[in-house]
Amino acid sequence: MDRRDFLTIGGLGLAGLALPFGARAVAAEELLSALDVSLKRSLADAALEAATKAGATYCDVRVGRYLRQFILTREDRVQNVVNTESTGIGVRVILNGTWGFAATSDLTKAGASAAATQAAAIARANSRVQAGPVQLAKVKGAGTVNWSTPLRTNAMAVPIKDKAELLLAVNAAAMKAGADFVNSNLFVVNEQKYFASTDGSYIDQDIHRIWAPFTVTAVDKASGKFRTREGLSSPMGMGWEFLSGDPSGRHVMPNGVVNYSTAYDMVQDATAAAQHAREKLKAPSVKPGKYDLVLDPSHLWLTIHESVGHPLELDRVLGYEANYAGTSFATLDKLKSRFRYGSEKVTLYADRIQPNSLGAAAYDDEGVPTQRWDLVKDGILVNYQAIRDQAHIIGEPSSHGCCYADSWSNVQFQRMANVSLAPGQQKMSVADMIKDVENGIYIIGDGSFSIDQQRFNAQFGGQLFYEIKNGRITGMIEDVAYQIRTPEFWNSCAAICDQGDYRMGGSFFDGKGQPSQVSAVSHGSSTTRFNGVNVINTARKLG
Amino acid sequence: MSMFNETDARALLDKVVKLSKSDECTATLEGKVEGNVRFALNTVSTSGIVSDCTLAVNAAYGKRSGTATTNAFDDASLERVVRRAEELARLAPENREFMPALEKQAYRPSATFYPSVAAITPEYRAQVAADSIGPCRAEKMVAAGFLADGQEFTAFANSKGNFGYQRSTSLDYTCTVRTADDRGSGWVGRNVGDVSEFDAKSAIRTAMTKAAGSVDAKALEPGKYTVILEPEAALGLVTFMMRFFDAREADEGRSFLSKRGGGNRLGEQVFDSRVSIHTDPWDPAVPVLPWDQDGRPREKLAIVDKGKVTHLDYSRYWAKLKGARDTGQPGNFIMAGGDKSTADLVRSTKRGILVTRTWYIRMVDPQTVLLTGLTRDGTFYVEDGEIRYPVKNFRFNESPVIMLNNVEEFGRPERLAGGFGSRLLMVPPMKLRDFTFTSLSDAV
Repeated sequence: MDRRDFLTIGGLGLAGLALPFGARAVAAEELLSALDVSLKRSLADAALEAATKAGATYCDVRVGRYLRQFILTREDRVQNVVNTESTGIGVRVILNGTWGFAATSDLTKAGASAAATQAAAIARANSRVQAGPVQLAKVKGAGTVNWSTPLRTNAMAVPIKDKAELLLAVNAAAMKAGADFVNSNLFVVNEQKYFASTDGSYIDQDIHRIWAPFTVTAVDKASGKFRTREGLSSPMGMGWEFLSGDPSGRHVMPNGVVNYSTAYDMVQDATAAAQHAREKLKAPSVKPGKYDLVLDPSHLWLTIHESVGHPLELDRVLGYEANYAGTSFATLDKLKSRFRYGSEKVTLYADRIQPNSLGAAAYDDEGVPTQRWDLVKDGILVNYQAIRDQAHIIGEPSSHGCCYADSWSNVQFQRMANVSLAPGQQKMSVADMIKDVENGIYIIGDGSFSIDQQRFNAQFGGQLFYEIKNGRITGMIEDVAYQIRTPEFWNSCAAICDQGDYRMGGSFFDGKGQPSQVSAVSHGSSTTRFNGVNVINTARKLG
Repeated sequence: MSMFNETDARALLDKVVKLSKSDECTATLEGKVEGNVRFALNTVSTSGIVSDCTLAVNAAYGKRSGTATTNAFDDASLERVVRRAEELARLAPENREFMPALEKQAYRPSATFYPSVAAITPEYRAQVAADSIGPCRAEKMVAAGFLADGQEFTAFANSKGNFGYQRSTSLDYTCTVRTADDRGSGWVGRNVGDVSEFDAKSAIRTAMTKAAGSVDAKALEPGKYTVILEPEAALGLVTFMMRFFDAREADEGRSFLSKRGGGNRLGEQVFDSRVSIHTDPWDPAVPVLPWDQDGRPREKLAIVDKGKVTHLDYSRYWAKLKGARDTGQPGNFIMAGGDKSTADLVRSTKRGILVTRTWYIRMVDPQTVLLTGLTRDGTFYVEDGEIRYPVKNFRFNESPVIMLNNVEEFGRPERLAGGFGSRLLMVPPMKLRDFTFTSLSDAV
């Protein structure tokens, strides 16, 4: 699912047929309740027992309640408010060394047992074409534990009226500042996930995420030209406090552009966006060629996501995603040969523990404690992202804790952890970085993105582009996209700003798998310089 | 139970609509059973069956409306879901673009249900996996694929007496085959109506041939080339463009179909005169439901006629505001073509590139629908009517609007599904001049 598919819920016609994830629409007050833990435990135990009885050597059960709220607006109008809830049980077993999975929305012990029995039958049927038995890395049973996203205010508890008023204020600010059109949306997600396994784990987690994107459009009717500018914030693993507009989240760039970290002033950004969109209508077109790029974290997160996060997913490397998401250039032999992924300045790490990140949790969806580990250390490839049935392939004693399913009805599999670029060790501000650049482009915000199925060749756009000449920002330019070959790009990394500039970007809807599942993941970095990158001009003329 | 017959669905929906005390009420019942098998590295990785049925109730008071849903169908649950929808409607902000429930419509049924697909078993799915994996294993190739099948029904009724019910099925298969040494990659996709039209054993040979033939690809300089796009290679570009046939976006000045100075380009020559695209829910090759997501009846319509734009999509509100005809949104696109096969198009090509498939297509500039993406799973150099050798994959930066003005020839259309949007399509192989490749990819 991509963003656009998700947003088609804005056009709900026949009483909500197009609800995402097969979820039910519910009243807002239902988003505040949770399933009783003792019920979840009894359902899980029923499934574990039935699976064992059916001959499974391993079983895990996820009793999940997935809540989502979307508010969609344009200009002075609330287009739609949708609350959805989806509750059910997913059971995964190993039988004859083969995985089997079944899911049910029947929240009774009989329903849970039947799903377990069906999962066992599927495993038995598939074992006849299984090449080799599943090998699970050991994990210690967690016992009975729970974890929640640290929140100051649960966004689900904020009245819809307050949310709609905020979005309409955002739209009004954009229109006042010169926008012709503005769409603003709010997405709030709460995953109430109960995990139990034959390893002796009963893990109850309550995970929250929030995203408030907008798009401002400026039109020049006379020339027929139109330009957009999207919001510069990021989806976060936070509550309503993220939208407080607290000044602590403001980061003012050397050219006056304001970026945001852990607090977002959406109204202020919408005002700036309208001004930027109008400025883009008149900005000169880029001259194609080689430039030194200075990439803001609001932009670089997506380049990290596509050119590091995805190629270092072990299931891609092995070929499990060959028919959909693709494979990877970063093959296993490159791990052995200590492949130089980037320059010595480049350390890229994975984690599911960064506070406020989209990937933050205490345990993954197969009961493994989350952690932080290096993928690229001082430029050298040192590891991948692996789950329990993959760890043995790269000689790791345990899973990295990055297994995830987007609902109870989908089977969990390896998903990207947060993958971030470590900040520079030397003190360096963005202004310090720019003053050394002779011929460059400063890029803020994420835009168009495309990468090949092995993650070699990528092309990225952005929201805002500024020309840098002899250490100074001269003004806005347009029609910029850069093309990279992944290892050359990361080896051209010449400087990284220090921790003071570190911010996270992220994806709310990262798609993978068949049937496709989405996941949410953050990517942190400080502003980073890459030398001699190929920039193309994207302006065309239609007849 | 997730599948209702028409009588049972109508009885349940009538009961729900009668329960409502709101000004207007629309109830929708949708159920499905979906099965799949996924395989990779020549072994089955996952498979499963999901069934579900949901009742959605939309209640309206004046210009306020609310929706609630349930998957429990006892009398108490039905009463509860109606009251909840009414309660949400009373709390909702007034929507000045609110449109009243549809009057009673006449829907002409289309042949969207194939019993052979509804009868697919887990054993059939496992056999498809085995038929894909077996030949690959025998020839030191590696298969990764996905078979998804399903049956579903949609039924709706409203307080103005409108009612619709229809069943449909789907069967979609894709498989990527790579040589064991990772130097070659091929692909095959099949989307069919009836099970008898699909044979994994023969389909897999297409992907295997492409994989073997793409080993040791040579690098060509990026630039403008004559290309022969197989239907699958053209699919993503064409469907991406069709997203922007929205009248409101065009009227608002933010579409390639906006007219300079205001208004839209309806009636203008936008493409080569050989480009014709129409929609027809009853076309036997690509039948779709006879109504759109608003319940509006679909019609047979010309969308592009000999290069002229003849239809834009109007929402009910925008159609009313603009005084335009209010027709259902298309559920399929049928592109006109010729009689030639892809091989025939190759034979008539002096110098060009044959593209099996395109990948990761994204918008670069909506002003011109400039798209970027890559070729994959079999890209070949053609000279003097023959495929000479495989070439490395390219990144393209091209607009389908420009591409469909650079037409050399279209071949025989084939049935495809997907691309951007969930429609069925008939798309021909296309020979096009001056297609813009901007860089090389080392990806296999």
